[in-house]
Amino acid sequence: MSDIIQETPLASLHIELGGKMVAFAGWNMPVQYTSIIDEHTAVREDVGIFDISHMGQFFLEGQGAEAWLNEILANDVNKLGIGEGQYTFMLNEEGGVIDDLIIYRQAEGRIFLVVNASMIDVDYAWLNQHLAEGLNLTNESIAWAGMAVQGPNSSAAFAKLFPDQELPTRNGMAMWLSERGEGEKLCVCRTGYTGEDGFEFFSSAENGSAWFQRFIDNGAKPCGLGARDSLRLEVCYPLNGSDLSPTRTPLQAGLGFFCALDKEGGFIGSDALIKQKEEGLKERLIALKYTGRGAPPRAHYEVFTKEGERVSELTSGILSPSMREGIALAYLPVTLAKLGTLVDIDVRGRRFEAEVVKKPFYKKA
Amino acid sequence: MNVPANLRYTSDHEWVLLEGDVATVGITDHAQEELTDVVFVELPDEGRICDAGDPIAVVESVKAASDIYIPLSGEIVAGNIDLEADPAMINTDPYGAGWIFKFRLSDTSAVEGLMDADAYSALLG
Repeated sequence: MSDIIQETPLASLHIELGGKMVAFAGWNMPVQYTSIIDEHTAVREDVGIFDISHMGQFFLEGQGAEAWLNEILANDVNKLGIGEGQYTFMLNEEGGVIDDLIIYRQAEGRIFLVVNASMIDVDYAWLNQHLAEGLNLTNESIAWAGMAVQGPNSSAAFAKLFPDQELPTRNGMAMWLSERGEGEKLCVCRTGYTGEDGFEFFSSAENGSAWFQRFIDNGAKPCGLGARDSLRLEVCYPLNGSDLSPTRTPLQAGLGFFCALDKEGGFIGSDALIKQKEEGLKERLIALKYTGRGAPPRAHYEVFTKEGERVSELTSGILSPSMREGIALAYLPVTLAKLGTLVDIDVRGRRFEAEVVKKPFYKKA
Repeated sequence: MNVPANLRYTSDHEWVLLEGDVATVGITDHAQEELTDVVFVELPDEGRICDAGDPIAVVESVKAASDIYIPLSGEIVAGNIDLEADPAMINTDPYGAGWIFKFRLSDTSAVEGLMDADAYSALLG
């Protein structure tokens, strides 16, 4: 990966809107505009909009695209009807996570893939390395701008902007030609990373800022990566590179639901997953919540048993804006995975007690 | 940006109010605006003897933890325990209820080495 910090097509709009820009996964992105707590709350209670143009967009085309992809990715592509999407994994031979991604079956023999920003080059190379004859894979990440519109009032914002366009149902996608631009392709996917109803909207890179502004004009509050992280952690959506890694499997991450181990012919990494399942998991990604007040837990803080033995470190942690409690994820030995088990989290030499709780931390009332 | 004329300032964006030989310290309006959403404050222990520049407290926003330094040498005499219940006072009243700690200066004349309001305003540009 290059050291050059990249900018999305929306970069100058972010600065205009007062965004505080930081480097994330090689991209210059707004961490917040006004306040992470305000932006977080807007998404939980109203509607917010995030720039996700840094994420990657691939298109896979050709007869048999579905069958081939089914050998490469963990979830079952055969479950996808036309216009439907699914969360899935790209795994290495050991069953470790290369990337988590969402794929949408746009048409027979045409798949739209949305991958993590930091993994665009890696994923593209991995897919190409295995690509079957007759299939065509294109990386269109530069050509598209993307924005996630999330929150209970997101569909209302969509309806105002596109009165004639139906929003797909959960996990679904639709692509159409804009009536504004000369043949501009627009795409909407009823997916997100916040635990709220919402959608991800893709337009041409050059019109991205205009669309972002139109959603703002229709009620969406601009939100940065800070709120994106706090929202996803409250609902225990994993962050690749932190909660997911090439040395840990989706089974350990508690995401076995998205791995179709019964798929005929298997997929890359499936043998390792089946073996791990048979042998039994030794550690699992566990949700921890402070039992009292304390300094916010953060990634890499160490986790100790009540007897003082260091057992792990946090993969993610935050003071939850919705619940005002310290919440965190960590891979813990299964002996400590039982609900109600107490551990200590070390923050600069002070220990704060946390309890193993059920995922997710936050559920809509 | 609010920069009260009666205070002294550091390049770490802390303010200092000297009364007798005891100084009160907090973070400036500019600093709280940069941090936003203070959610936790770790206060120094009373009685601790510190050298100028020692990190002695921590102010945490949702996203990050920031060290607070003692601007001059001295002994900690108090931390603002009200911040434990309401850390956001650092955002809402940085020069008042949001003060962080008080310390007794080893040498009160050292305050003269800190920036005045004009110099700090110039630093902010």
